[in-house]
Amino acid sequence: MRYLPLTQTDREAMLGVIGAATIDDLFVDVPEAARLDGPIAGLPAHASELSVERHMTALARRNTVAGEVPFFLGAGAYRHHVPASVDHLIQRGEFLTAYTPYQPEIAQGTLQMLFEFQTQVARLLGTDVANASMYDGSTACWEAIGMARRITRKGKAILSGGLHPHYVSVAKTMAKYTGDALETAAPTLTAETDIDALIAAIDGDTSCVVVQYPDILGRIADLTPLADACHANKALLIAVVTEPVALGAIRSPGEMDADIVVGEGQSLGVGLQFGGPYVGLFGCKDKYVRQMPGRLCGETVDADGRRGFVLTLSTREQHIRREKATSNICTNSGLCALAFSIHMTLLGEAGLRQLAAINHVGAAAAAARLAQVPGVELVNDSFFNEFTLKLPVEARPVVRTLADRGILAGVSLGRLYPGEDALANGLIVAVTETTSAEDVETLAAALQEILA
Amino acid sequence: MSINQSGWRPEMNVGTGNAAPTFTGNKALMLEEALIFEIGSTETTGVDFADSGDLGDSHKLGGLFRDTPIGLPGLAEPEAVRHYTRLSRQNYAIDLGLFPLGSCTMKHNPRLNEKMARLPGFADVHPLQPVDTVQGALAVINELAVWLIELTGMHGVAMSPKAGAHGELCGILCIKAALEARGEGHRKVVLVPESAHGTNPATAAFAGFKVEDIPATAEGRVDTAALKARLGPDVAAVMITNPNTCGLFERDLKEISDAVHAAGGYVYCDGANFNAIVGRVRPGDLGVDAMHINLHKTFSTPHGGGGPGSGPVVLSEALSPFGPLPFTARQADGHIALIEEETAGDDHPHTFGRMVAFHGQMGMFTRALTYILSHGADGLRQVAEDAVLNANYVLRSLEGSLDAPFAGAGPCMHEAIFSDANLAEGFSTLDVAKGLIDEGFHPMTVYFPLVVHGAMLVEPTETESKAALDQFIGALRSVAERAKAGDVSLKSAPHFAPRSRLDETLAARKPVLVWKEPAPVAAAAE
Repeated sequence: MRYLPLTQTDREAMLGVIGAATIDDLFVDVPEAARLDGPIAGLPAHASELSVERHMTALARRNTVAGEVPFFLGAGAYRHHVPASVDHLIQRGEFLTAYTPYQPEIAQGTLQMLFEFQTQVARLLGTDVANASMYDGSTACWEAIGMARRITRKGKAILSGGLHPHYVSVAKTMAKYTGDALETAAPTLTAETDIDALIAAIDGDTSCVVVQYPDILGRIADLTPLADACHANKALLIAVVTEPVALGAIRSPGEMDADIVVGEGQSLGVGLQFGGPYVGLFGCKDKYVRQMPGRLCGETVDADGRRGFVLTLSTREQHIRREKATSNICTNSGLCALAFSIHMTLLGEAGLRQLAAINHVGAAAAAARLAQVPGVELVNDSFFNEFTLKLPVEARPVVRTLADRGILAGVSLGRLYPGEDALANGLIVAVTETTSAEDVETLAAALQEILA
Repeated sequence: MSINQSGWRPEMNVGTGNAAPTFTGNKALMLEEALIFEIGSTETTGVDFADSGDLGDSHKLGGLFRDTPIGLPGLAEPEAVRHYTRLSRQNYAIDLGLFPLGSCTMKHNPRLNEKMARLPGFADVHPLQPVDTVQGALAVINELAVWLIELTGMHGVAMSPKAGAHGELCGILCIKAALEARGEGHRKVVLVPESAHGTNPATAAFAGFKVEDIPATAEGRVDTAALKARLGPDVAAVMITNPNTCGLFERDLKEISDAVHAAGGYVYCDGANFNAIVGRVRPGDLGVDAMHINLHKTFSTPHGGGGPGSGPVVLSEALSPFGPLPFTARQADGHIALIEEETAGDDHPHTFGRMVAFHGQMGMFTRALTYILSHGADGLRQVAEDAVLNANYVLRSLEGSLDAPFAGAGPCMHEAIFSDANLAEGFSTLDVAKGLIDEGFHPMTVYFPLVVHGAMLVEPTETESKAALDQFIGALRSVAERAKAGDVSLKSAPHFAPRSRLDETLAARKPVLVWKEPAPVAAAAE
């Protein structure tokens, strides 16, 4: 077995040192009735690298690869080009095979990277501080709602209809057990967001309002009036960003006075990977930092006065506070945070702005072209790289038919909101720098044919 | 003072020897590296685009164009590669040497796993693609699920939890849902042994349970009598780690499970230490109702400096109906269905809901399945045997040098535990840990579990050779002897690491969590 270095001679010598006759002597504490006397029956035996590779490759071939077809899916996960050096660097063994930096003297590489990541994320989101990452956007969103409860000591959260439905589902699941009351709504297929309705719904019991920016349909609204309304009622504004590239083009939620900004960082550096692992972004105002979940890296000095970095404020965390911790999170998304940070460093502000502009210009052209297809309407007045079309028929079967023709056309609202008839004709279309004009033309032509 | 056993001369300034300080602060291959904010500029980019990306005036950004500076520095590719390569060299890693963090299972991460996870058919697939276009991805999830069920002897598995602690939450929510379905939502107490990971009580409290400690016996196991005495109509569940965090198998687990079930509760098993028993014992045969499996521990997916993890939860027949969405189901024709909100209603009405957007840590599933297929059922059993053999070898080789509180009670499982009992006055576990750093090893887990004073928890894993173990044993023995002899140089160790001991108190008292532009000199003087 190629991953097991001990030889039979080693094993015997070591048993001798231990004073055991056989390996079974080391398992004496296992009750006899539960001992397995050989490999579990019915499971295959070990295999060569070549045969494992053949098996996995055969499975991989059964998937339609996004990069090989005209591809327009978004809705919380986006296909961007990741520079080759990102994947090379995250595969350096010193990053890939390190543990959480519990011994800072020999983990400065990870710690400095996390400090840089926190700073990049805080600047991108427009918050004072950011943590060292969460699992993903949906769990970061839930954690933010819990944090708002602790800060405001109120338990009613208002979730915008424009919040990703999976994020809403996650929040609902958790709320069942923590006792938070959630007000939720489905989105409407209109150009207007529900900001005014959210403002009207805020009252003295509201702990927070959660709003996605741009929202699930791609719409963009100024969050400033909502932040003001929240603060007038001693509630917090939580903004959720599922497409961080957008913040290279549009104002950050922090600049509009959001108190907590969370996000899905997958767009930068991480790749689609069928949904995970991704990287949750979590930033907030300085005054709330001690209620934050997750790991934080901070600057300090060593015994010789040199700058260095450590994990800090860990009295918030489970390994110190146990049942009084701000969250049970332990392992987070370190390597994905590294990928995000490297990609962001390669882009820099100039590159991020250019990337964002390319995305928007491409999306605008695609929206205009697709809206020319007879019967198809563009729902949005505003969008970044993702917009919603209203088809004359249910979108879900159209998406399936297009998939059969080798076009991954977008995410139907029927998939995201089963049972919501008013949304069934909606199709979310994302366009990034990886989408070509030919891809758009192919989609437009096929759509026209199917709808005719 | 004479030269001690390790050849170390305590009075010597070992950091610089006779050399003058360097201009750069570098020491040959040990390179200092500035922050990207100090070396990059907002005009620099390391990415070329085919398109200029001119927004023009007719953009549709809702009037919210970001016209203020963001403050994100860029580096050209050569600078970026150098920056991160230099940073990487300040890290210890399993690729560099033995990494004996107890309860963390730092085993070798096979590179075949990485190669397979990067196949475009896995890496470049969107989670919301039509189900017919992702049959291979769903097959990976389904195939891994079958292996996990078979290896644990359980009934079902929830694949979506993102890490171990998230898996714990999944298991506890299943238990809560099952109790509520039985009309016993009034059971509010979860019993957790003192030696448990901090995530256990944090998870139970998060789900609204009241946590009560169960004491340990003098030999490092759960006090079965005390636990049984506490069972009653208010107890929802017991959370037990097996093998436990003292590295011992909980011999009474079956008896405990039976008692908990008889009292109407459920048994949650923290599976962080499953590596010790995979292929030798199935938790399902011990009466466990739910157990998370850290794919980044037992099944070799990389820790990545703090994640991503992956924490599938195997479930008993009693709890399976309550597991989260989504999940996969293989149909008679071989097609794999994805059970989500819309399809769950008919066949899966008791699900507690969704824990996460999309389907869980697919990238970790491909790696774990690759690892499992590489080992097969026979290889996995050998994994547990070698892991346990290596730990016992460390225990017996060092019990003469360090206090081993449970060594007399019999063999350990995958990890050996030592205490600070026989170190010299004024010397601590921390000093031993920092001394090991200078010897070129990552320290063991320290000060955990809490039931052992100054605990040192050593988990070598099965991927270490005898030669590597012998060198580690020699190093730890040497450091232990120095700590017992009162070698003061240990108090300032590490001497050879990129940094000496860092001031954690300062970091917490005046938190600096993001980089800020230094104030201009004139302003700073005010």
